[in-house]
Amino acid sequence: MTKLSIRGLSKTYAGNVQAVRKVDLEVESGEFLSLLGSSGCGKTTTLQMVAGFVSPSAGSVLVDGEDITYAAPEKRDMGIVFQSYALFPHMSVSQNVGFGLEMRKVKRPELEQRVSEALSMVRLTGLGNRYPSELSGGQRQRVAIARVLAIRPRVLLLDEPMSNLDAKLRGEMHVELRALQRRLGITTILVTHDQVEAMTMSDRIAVMANGVIAELGTPQQIYDHPTSEFAFKFLGHANVVEGEVVSADNGQTAVQVGAAIVPARTETVQIGHKTKLFVRPERLRLCSTEQGSIQGKVVTKLFLGGIWFYEIDSTVGKLRLTVTNAGTAQPQEGQAVGITWNDGDMQYVSSEAAHG
Amino acid sequence: MAEATSQSNRQHWLLSLPAVVMFLGLLVVPLALTAILSFNAFDSTRGPLDEYTLSNYIEVFTDSYYYDLFARTALMSLGVTAICILVGVPETIILSRMRPAWQGAFFVIILGPLLISVVVRTLGWSILLGREGFINTTLLSIGLSDAPLQLMFSMAGVVIVLTHVMLPFMVISVWSTLQKLDPQIAYAARSLGAGPLTAFRRIVLPQLLPGILSGAIIVFTLSASAFATPALIGGRRVKVVTTAVYDEFLSSLNWPLGATVAVLLLIGIVLVVVGSNRIIERKFKQVFA
Repeated sequence: MTKLSIRGLSKTYAGNVQAVRKVDLEVESGEFLSLLGSSGCGKTTTLQMVAGFVSPSAGSVLVDGEDITYAAPEKRDMGIVFQSYALFPHMSVSQNVGFGLEMRKVKRPELEQRVSEALSMVRLTGLGNRYPSELSGGQRQRVAIARVLAIRPRVLLLDEPMSNLDAKLRGEMHVELRALQRRLGITTILVTHDQVEAMTMSDRIAVMANGVIAELGTPQQIYDHPTSEFAFKFLGHANVVEGEVVSADNGQTAVQVGAAIVPARTETVQIGHKTKLFVRPERLRLCSTEQGSIQGKVVTKLFLGGIWFYEIDSTVGKLRLTVTNAGTAQPQEGQAVGITWNDGDMQYVSSEAAHG
Repeated sequence: MAEATSQSNRQHWLLSLPAVVMFLGLLVVPLALTAILSFNAFDSTRGPLDEYTLSNYIEVFTDSYYYDLFARTALMSLGVTAICILVGVPETIILSRMRPAWQGAFFVIILGPLLISVVVRTLGWSILLGREGFINTTLLSIGLSDAPLQLMFSMAGVVIVLTHVMLPFMVISVWSTLQKLDPQIAYAARSLGAGPLTAFRRIVLPQLLPGILSGAIIVFTLSASAFATPALIGGRRVKVVTTAVYDEFLSSLNWPLGATVAVLLLIGIVLVVVGSNRIIERKFKQVFA
């Protein structure tokens, strides 16, 4: 069981470009942690420093307390699945999977056994003699995973491994890879820009922006109760409405939005001040105009299969919301509607980033 | 439908006509004439005769002089090819790791030999290589050798100068393969436990081999058929097939024999190219796919 610690890790490139700034992370033994962020946020650089391909400007990387910050990549015992899969094109599937074992001087009978074991784990039994060029994208992906599982690495690093697969296959791989990771109990870091991928697979997600971790928590925590405006807007859709503080008492404020008084924890407690509140599209409900806290008119109605997507021109601005397609009649475009929500679903988040 | 096809067929022929005429006129016809000439009989007083014979080929195949000649040419070409591989591959890898601005500058330097007229370049080298030349005076003055080295009119000199001209072909060929290489593959090998040297030998080099081999074919064939460099640097003392053909045609005036040697050189080169291509296609099917 392996615990990975990242302490104050920084990377500054020539020209004073700070790719990663003092990142602290503790990845628990057997945990699946995702680094989620858009391109250029420093997530890949962080992973490459953990893998040993990029040497950090400051900070340290520890595996079970052992400092490996400047150890060569081949000494780290980490398995990496790359975005391009990086299979060796001149070697057969078996040779690819066996390469790491060969480097570890594992003898022939055991090597063969572990190769077939790894191949069966990713359900590729019988394809050992094929070459990477003779495999489909999904199969190549599996070979890349088998290749790192064969060496039984202390830490598994996944660098956008699913971004070259089509959507359906990607969904299947999420479930399968997650189950495999749980079963083997390998400490894992996934780098991805795909929120769905990060949410379905991770125990915890670290949202990165501008080289720092902007938000860290379980998928549900960071989606439902993010601590920053950035995280709220980055994950899923966000509706931003403006309200006015009508009462303040001991940090608990009440904000008027339309006809509703919303309890919130805002930073400003001065009565009469304007403040922004956030709400997810799926937490808003359509109702009759009389029952609604906010009134509006349907501008757009789109059918997305499982859900209806609505855009409402309301008294507090444009709102997006989704309604589960339960087969019941729904308001049409141009129709006047009311909008309501539960207390707590509309929340205040700080406009400042949590860190950095 | 059929009419349209035949019309477009006619258009194809019409459009390719200039190229076909040039190909036939400038390559096939001269080659065919040379091949026919090689079967002509020769009399030293009357010149080429209008009779056909195999005697030229018999003469070449029974005289050890020609065996030496072909062996020397093959060795020279192999030597140049080997040095081009040993120098060109590391050179290309270093080049690929340079910053773009430096890459441009060094590409010009590497491709330089191809931009200079062969005569100027070769005469330049003969100034450097001569007994009183720059290389020998430097070696003597710093005490690396006691007597001037025989570089002009020697095989060593010919190989040095040929390598200089041929290196760009090797670099270009390896470069194009190197560009297609996924840099993550070397990372993958490292993370699986291979040291930098093992990763290069087991993972990177095998993927570069197709480029190295096609570069080697180009260098070998161009070296074997090079004329100006062996003629100017090797002179009479280092005779290779091309200079021998030249002498047969212009000094001995034995055109049929010269044509025979030329045809045999062509056949030899074609065999080397076809043979190596076979090996490449068979061994590296996976890499190319």
